[in-house]
Amino acid sequence: MSESQTPQNPEPNPSSEPNVAPPAPVAPNEAPADPAPPAPVPPLRRRRESEAAPAVPVAPTAPDFPASREPIPAPAELDEGTYRGIREPRRRGLALDGTWHQISPKYVVSQFVQEGLLLVVVAVAAAAVWYFTGQWWPWIAGGAIMLVQIVSLAILPRQAKALGYMLRGDDIVFRKGILWQRMVAVPYGRMQLIDITHGPLDRIFGVSKLKMVTAAASTGVEIPGLGQQAAEALRDTLIEVAETRRTGL
Amino acid sequence: MTTPSPQPQQPVPPQDEVLPGGGASELADGEWHRLHPLTPLFKGGLVLVIVLGVVIANMRDRLIYIAVGLFAPEQLRGVDISSEDPISWAVDWTVANDMIFLVGLAVLAVVVLFVFAYWLVWRFQQFRITDENVEVKKGIIFRSQRRAPLDRVQGVNLTRPFPARLIGMAKLTLEGAGTGADVALEYLATGRAEQVRRDILRLASGLREAKASSRRRDEEERRGIVDTVSEGVTGIVTGVDRDDVVPESVVRIPMGRLIGSQAITGALWVLFFLLLIVVGVVIPVTLFADGPEKWIILATAVLGSGIPMVIAAFAVVWGALQKGFRYSIAPTPDGVRVSSGLLTTVTRTIPPGRVHAVEITQNLLWRPFGWWSVRINRMGGMSASQQNSGQAATAAVVLPVGTRADVERVVALLLPDGPERDGQFVWEHGILGPQDEDPFTTVPGRGMFWHWLQRRRLGVRVTAYATLIRRGRLGRRLAIFPLARLQGVAVGQGPLARMQDLATLRLHAVPGPVSGEVSALDRDAAQRLADVIGRGAIAAAERDHTHRWASVG
Repeated sequence: MSESQTPQNPEPNPSSEPNVAPPAPVAPNEAPADPAPPAPVPPLRRRRESEAAPAVPVAPTAPDFPASREPIPAPAELDEGTYRGIREPRRRGLALDGTWHQISPKYVVSQFVQEGLLLVVVAVAAAAVWYFTGQWWPWIAGGAIMLVQIVSLAILPRQAKALGYMLRGDDIVFRKGILWQRMVAVPYGRMQLIDITHGPLDRIFGVSKLKMVTAAASTGVEIPGLGQQAAEALRDTLIEVAETRRTGL
Repeated sequence: MTTPSPQPQQPVPPQDEVLPGGGASELADGEWHRLHPLTPLFKGGLVLVIVLGVVIANMRDRLIYIAVGLFAPEQLRGVDISSEDPISWAVDWTVANDMIFLVGLAVLAVVVLFVFAYWLVWRFQQFRITDENVEVKKGIIFRSQRRAPLDRVQGVNLTRPFPARLIGMAKLTLEGAGTGADVALEYLATGRAEQVRRDILRLASGLREAKASSRRRDEEERRGIVDTVSEGVTGIVTGVDRDDVVPESVVRIPMGRLIGSQAITGALWVLFFLLLIVVGVVIPVTLFADGPEKWIILATAVLGSGIPMVIAAFAVVWGALQKGFRYSIAPTPDGVRVSSGLLTTVTRTIPPGRVHAVEITQNLLWRPFGWWSVRINRMGGMSASQQNSGQAATAAVVLPVGTRADVERVVALLLPDGPERDGQFVWEHGILGPQDEDPFTTVPGRGMFWHWLQRRRLGVRVTAYATLIRRGRLGRRLAIFPLARLQGVAVGQGPLARMQDLATLRLHAVPGPVSGEVSALDRDAAQRLADVIGRGAIAAAERDHTHRWASVG
């Protein structure tokens, strides 16, 4: 934003200046124009909507961004052997139109095996300490760790079904979580690198994790539990699209 | 900040004579060059000087003793200064065994060895500037070579620490894009450092023309420099490097305002600490302590906790003052040049299009004076530990304190491609706002629980150029996120927010002090905003060509 040197409308007065013709009253306020308000709208909002543009004292440039492109064609490998149907929260949460691609159920199996092994290790360690020293407190620490693990395992299948990604025309949208829902849109052109990792156990089950890195540290989108082919196909697609949409930082 | 002859605009470089590497000076010719020969001494030599100082301080008694012993041995009878100190012991032993000559030789050998090692280090440290990259090689056994692509240069900083200024050296840092991606050329003679900076920025800008006239001027300047030390001394008097004198600063911070603003901030801190002391110390002591010693306990407790706090407050204020002293900000063809500093001068050049977010802030006590400060988010190549330090926080401040007019000028410099007629809208609605018919999307009434004080003020607005986030009831803040720089946008919702149909909007930009998170927006509004911002970011990024800012197209 830069300041306007010419003092047009030095003292904005909406009521007494009807001649302030707003240059672009097309979409003066994209956001709060609710088509179907779910809750009773406060009177202030309603008034603003009905009067719309003329009330804005200093006319801002209205956003008239082009609609997004057609969704890019998704390779068939992405949907092979994955969950069908995103698990939505019971009460209506965030929603987005489009096709969600999901992750493989093998992710849950792999996680169960890994966490199960960890559980055994913790239990054995606690038992060993208890057996050799006669102290009972290791069971408290071990029990706490195991409890956390068991709870996280219990909700893991639900979480896995809520993970999804959507390949839109200009960006990839990643969603996760049921209780704490999160949807991140990352433009293809912004991706700095795409990383596929799989640990030894992941390899046995044929799942891998795809990570997208942008210049913003917080964006860090990670899609765990993709099938091997799906991960590679997704990476190739993303890189191909990113090449054509490359921008500066 | 004396400006002898302020030129309003730098001349457009004439198009003749291109060097092989594309640079204008002899440094940017694609060949390997070495740094200033005093560099290793300066980097490692300080340690040597300190060690020497400690040794001498320890041996002062001993030296006096020896000297007196040489001239008036009878004075020493009865004086015993033998000690367990190994250095003293070694000196005693040397003197006692008449080995002064041999030991002196050994010391000399060590010094020579040191000098040789420094020379070797210097020999092996080289840099070169081509039209694509800046490369630095160093190390003798463990060689490292670092290459920074020029079109990803995020900024060029010229730092002149006080001792280096005395001998006319400067450190040039190229900020890369990524953690730990900085490339530092330390140290160069100040004149050369300025040349290198100019060349790097010119190459990075996409311009390939050599600037023959400026080259000639540089040579004349170099011939004029007779004595670097006297140069350094005048530098201390006149301030920042020569190049910065040419473009005139658009903002001048009067001394009184700088001190006043920081004093107010300091007073705020002291007040805060006082409150802490009262709550944390005075009240418990008066409640629970008893008897005559109660007052003594109280006094010691208050002094014990109060004095460090006051010192801390002074340190904060002094630090800010130091940074804001001799501040200047000026447009150059290669970006905004901000320089400041009392003892250590730092000159940062931020090329256009490298600013990812701008925030204009005002704390409560500044409001009567109409003072504002401006901070930015930008990609820097600092390592993770540097990012968390206070250094990064102060580096993000572009305008320490200024009036509305100053802020408008600075923001116009930082975001040069922002539409001009949005300025007043941003100021009236965004910074001062909310007025009637608020064009911002604010927190609905049911979000009162989350933002009881700033509910009407907290809001988001998308314009064709940027996303604006307005915050703060007492202290005002407005964040501007240019759409062309946005890295992503997220919407989140927790269980409580779901019950209220609220959601959190979060703009992803490069890390920095400006946050892009707004919680407790209406769910549908947040999702619609995310959609608009997402489309806007794509459209803006496609229009944007600032990463090679001077090239055509």
